[in-house]
Amino acid sequence: MLFRNQYDNDVTVWSPQGRLHQVEYAMEAVKQGSATVGVKSSSHAVLVALKRASSELAAHQKKIMPIDKHIAVSISGLTADARVLSRFMRTECLNEQFAHNQALSLNKLMERVGAKMQIATQRYDKRPYGVGLLLAGFDEDGPHIYQTCPSANYYDCQAMAIGARSQSARTYLERHLDEFRSSTREELIRHALRALRDTLPNDVELTNKNCSIAIVGKGEDLSIYDDDDVNPYLEGLDQEERRGGAGGARDAQPPAAPTAAAEEDDAASAPPPPPTDEQPQGDSMETD
Amino acid sequence: MNTGKSHTMYPSTSGTSVVGLVYDGGVMLAADSLGSYGSLARFRDVKRLFKVTDKAALACSGDIADYQFIREVIEQKVRDDVCGGYTRELNAGALHCWLTRVLYNRRSRFDPLWLECVVAGYKDDEPFLGYVDKIGTAFEAKEVATGFGLHFAVPMIREAREKKQNLSCDEARKLLTECLKVLYYRDCRAHFKYQLADITPEGVTIHDDLNLKKETNWEVANYISGYE
Repeated sequence: MLFRNQYDNDVTVWSPQGRLHQVEYAMEAVKQGSATVGVKSSSHAVLVALKRASSELAAHQKKIMPIDKHIAVSISGLTADARVLSRFMRTECLNEQFAHNQALSLNKLMERVGAKMQIATQRYDKRPYGVGLLLAGFDEDGPHIYQTCPSANYYDCQAMAIGARSQSARTYLERHLDEFRSSTREELIRHALRALRDTLPNDVELTNKNCSIAIVGKGEDLSIYDDDDVNPYLEGLDQEERRGGAGGARDAQPPAAPTAAAEEDDAASAPPPPPTDEQPQGDSMETD
Repeated sequence: MNTGKSHTMYPSTSGTSVVGLVYDGGVMLAADSLGSYGSLARFRDVKRLFKVTDKAALACSGDIADYQFIREVIEQKVRDDVCGGYTRELNAGALHCWLTRVLYNRRSRFDPLWLECVVAGYKDDEPFLGYVDKIGTAFEAKEVATGFGLHFAVPMIREAREKKQNLSCDEARKLLTECLKVLYYRDCRAHFKYQLADITPEGVTIHDDLNLKKETNWEVANYISGYE
């Protein structure tokens, strides 16, 4: 856990252990946002995200933002910070299209985003961006999934999950890592949805209201699915077993195993309080 | 905003025509090696054609100083891509678009780069040939030329294409050297030393220090009335 100390008020102050506490505290904001999962095959990159509604009256907050015809980003953390970064990425993509008549390569974009975020970790008059991003894109090198942190590091991933209770999703992704490369478009989306589902408490299900899907790939421009467009991909998902349930071969698993796995996953993520407490109060910080 | 400042609006040392054509299997570009100082044939070994990357070559006519400037900028652009570890190298289409935006922006500020450029190479596995000039006019075509080349060389190339749509590498080279020869006869700012670039899917080959003087025959001069 993190402890308050005298080295954590300024991002420009190192701790004796060689850490920048402000940056680490910013990374906590990412963990407060709801989960999002990204996964790629040899031809496609997919993002799925769990949308949160601040109350029954409010709409579910959009988590996936289109950046260009070949890039989408899913956010976890401070939504306002995410919008600033999204706008930056969009202008970079537009400039490349205008000046060079071509789509911006993902590695070039990530370098620029990383450089922009790093500035906020080294100035006394700024604070780190309190948002983690999962980028899905397709360029001349194929599909990509990138993860960014408030620390300004960015990671090229085969699959990744961030946000609240995302450890369960990461466990699913690690377990099925070898299957992704050869997955079809539909199988890939299904994998991502199953991983996302594992982050939910047992009494909550993925619905077309709380789930967003984005996909981009070879010969396919970016599509983002919300509401009714999500239905075909959710079909039959709630019939499958969770936490180890992956259809087919997994059906044979004894009932004891899933619950055991569930306990293990909960223990792995940050303290496992009863379901009601797991929903953090987002009023003051608007983390989604 | 008018500070009363003005910028030069005329070239000093300048290069004449550049000619380019697309053939079956690649793109070819040629330009002579003369830097004229008005009517003085001052610098006779100016390399107006250069390789940008394995997918693009550029040749400019107009002010040589402006050409050298833009060449430095482009070379740095290529260097930045290499240093950044980017896998996609600058291709002819991207270079053409970028150059158009730069030249148009300069003209809009009344501080033009006095150039007529031909960009040749490949874009997405397709041969590419484009023209950009100092006022930002830009287009792509299968045969392109600047200056006098527009009036002499382009009709020659079009006529050859009418007889045969797809030219082979040798046919293209012969046609191009014929164009340069005609330009040497007729353009008084032209010279017999030239460069030729051949861009194929394998890369860019630049032939320097070529000379067409031996192929020229000035006997025809005797038939011109007033020439003694």
